[in-house]
Amino acid sequence: MSKKATIGFSEEQAQLLEVATTFCRDKSPIEKVRSLIEDERGYDDAIWTEMAELGWLAIAVPEEFGGIGLGMAEVVPVVEQMGHAMMAGPFVSTTLAAQAMLVSGTDDQKQKYLPGLCAGTKATLALSEPHGDWDLGHVECTAERAGDTLKLSGRKTFVENADTADLLLVSVSLDGAPALVLLERSALPEGALRREVVIDETRRSYQVTLDGAEVSTEGLLDSALTAAALTHVDLCASLLLSAEMCGAAASCIDYTVDYLQTRKQFGKKIGSYQALKHPIVDAHVGYEQARSHLYCAAFNFTQQGEGEVATRIAKAQAGDALSFAADRAIQFHGGFGFTYDCDAQLYRRRSLWCENQHGDAAYQRAKLADLLL
Amino acid sequence: MSTISEKELSDFRNDAAAWFAENTNADPGFMLPLTFMEVGTDQQFNFLRDWQNKVYEAGYLGAAWPKEYGGGGLDQKFQTIATEEMARANGPIMLNAIGLNWAGPLILDMGTDEERKRYIKGILSAEDIWCQGFSEPENGSDLGNAQTKAVRDGDDWVLNGSKIWTTQGNYAKYMILLARTNPDAPNKYAGLSFFLSPMQVEGIETVPIRKLTGEYGFTQTFFTDARIPGDSLMGKEGEGWLVAMRTLEYERGVKGGQPGGYVMRASDPFEIVELARKATRGGKPALEDPVIKDQLIQLMIEARSLQLNSKRGHIQPLVQDKPASLALSSKLMATEFMRRLNEFAITLQGQRGAYYVGEPDAYDEGLWQRAYLNSFSATIGGGTSQIQRNIIGEHVLGLPKS
Repeated sequence: MSKKATIGFSEEQAQLLEVATTFCRDKSPIEKVRSLIEDERGYDDAIWTEMAELGWLAIAVPEEFGGIGLGMAEVVPVVEQMGHAMMAGPFVSTTLAAQAMLVSGTDDQKQKYLPGLCAGTKATLALSEPHGDWDLGHVECTAERAGDTLKLSGRKTFVENADTADLLLVSVSLDGAPALVLLERSALPEGALRREVVIDETRRSYQVTLDGAEVSTEGLLDSALTAAALTHVDLCASLLLSAEMCGAAASCIDYTVDYLQTRKQFGKKIGSYQALKHPIVDAHVGYEQARSHLYCAAFNFTQQGEGEVATRIAKAQAGDALSFAADRAIQFHGGFGFTYDCDAQLYRRRSLWCENQHGDAAYQRAKLADLLL
Repeated sequence: MSTISEKELSDFRNDAAAWFAENTNADPGFMLPLTFMEVGTDQQFNFLRDWQNKVYEAGYLGAAWPKEYGGGGLDQKFQTIATEEMARANGPIMLNAIGLNWAGPLILDMGTDEERKRYIKGILSAEDIWCQGFSEPENGSDLGNAQTKAVRDGDDWVLNGSKIWTTQGNYAKYMILLARTNPDAPNKYAGLSFFLSPMQVEGIETVPIRKLTGEYGFTQTFFTDARIPGDSLMGKEGEGWLVAMRTLEYERGVKGGQPGGYVMRASDPFEIVELARKATRGGKPALEDPVIKDQLIQLMIEARSLQLNSKRGHIQPLVQDKPASLALSSKLMATEFMRRLNEFAITLQGQRGAYYVGEPDAYDEGLWQRAYLNSFSATIGGGTSQIQRNIIGEHVLGLPKS
């Protein structure tokens, strides 16, 4: 870690932040978030189409593949504002699938799929497995060669929005090493999907049983670059989870402060009591730190070494910040905080999802220790 | 403003680097204070006063303050470079902290031209040491309730009462003083006035306070019918609270305008890594212990938080939700961080964490132990961390007053 951490903010980031702030606030008021919890799909396809039309799916894809040619740094403010408005849907998974393809996809695959992904084709990642290991290199699902065909087997977990994704990026063990393969959902056998019951009810997560699925070897990404692609996806995902958590932390704190400003007990607004005031300040200060690390990570993301360090710090800090803010949000709402109607639970459930994807804070710090000490 | 060429800046940096390499004496043979609140002996005081004067005369302090009052009249970029080179050479602290960082910017900001001419140069050169008379024995966090009296008598003001935690009070020529000029004002704040008071006056006495470390650095100041000139009043009578609040903005780093250099040497988590290599756990370096590693990384992250917050503070789109937030929380974050960092450095040492300064077997001459005890001066002084949380809660989050 360089002793002097740097941060910067591009004109494009500023514009996207402004647009995304308004868009997400208008399209995803809390009533909408709650109504989508009851919806099987879990997100609004009309809003998805609007996001595609805004070009958000194309942000970090080069122009030659139908993208805008910016980077992950410019995706960050968008996802931050989605997190602020508690939006859900396949935006992040589609962005990540495109990123994996950019690292290890063949030219044919990039030509074939990336323009579609920029335009609104939905993709998702099937990288996790029942063992629950955060190490994406730990792959037990297998692919066996049969001529030009790969026969897949095993079970993938935490596959977001698998029911509506057109394309799945699946990790399998092939010839004794991890490999990535593109699988169109239509190639999955009947009954391959089972919706998982997950703590964040705004999300849709599926188990995918690969047994019986076959795919042409043309679907294989460049196996020499599998490790690089997995590392890149892991860091991109960590960066965007940090963004989502920062956004959520900001609105969670606002939500709690609102209550502290209005609820009265013993004849006084409860926000005047220091037992509540000081911890919410600590939550706010934690969020401010996390946000600084987020935009540091965005700014440095493409830098060898420093990018990984800044991203892992961002993930650790955002996780700790949202977790604390949301935990206190429940407590500070008192009896109301214990009800389903109080939004505090939405934030806490979301933080438990986000923290436990791609490594929690302690895991990130252990990785940082290996990198820095 | 004319644009400054990269060459001008790099030439300035080269000159500054050479000057500090040539002139810095980081080890004069006795312990140098890590902060301006730890100047406990005449030896330390004289050394640091000479050092500040030398830096000023070389043009590396106050480089961006107006030339007409004794500054260098250059762009702030030059001073930033000078300060960086001072740190790179491991230079000792600037002594006259209250003058440089609080009284000086305040006088430039709100003072009259005459006050600027009278005081600024002596602040920079360390000829005139300044101290601060805000806290009182009975009024610490509740600063607005200050009871030290200033009563007009002819052209003079007559002072009675007592101030406490007067850093370098025994060396000071001037004090920025908050005193009550009207006990019958409609509210406690309206009765206060602000003075640039001389200290070497009959009736003003300073008594050293022994700190928790056993050392000195602060005094209690007693005023007994002390007579100061009428023009010591800064601003208008009854506007003392306003001026004091502005002073606190400088003190807490909420407002810029300081002349450069530094008045505290922060411990660095990277130095603690060295300590973790030396200390042992179960026969192995403490640095190999996974719990220690986790804590170290956490502290390194927090050190970065401080840097990044101050940088993000300049990026307008990233602070527009709550514009005052980062500035108002920096004091709380920085001082609490230093306290915990030093505390961790002690626990890291295992049994030897119980040694103290003076024990030959203490790690790093016991500096972590002393730094930890001294770190409370910052978490308490200038508004305690608890007061800071009230300020952030009320002024940033908009919570009702406690």
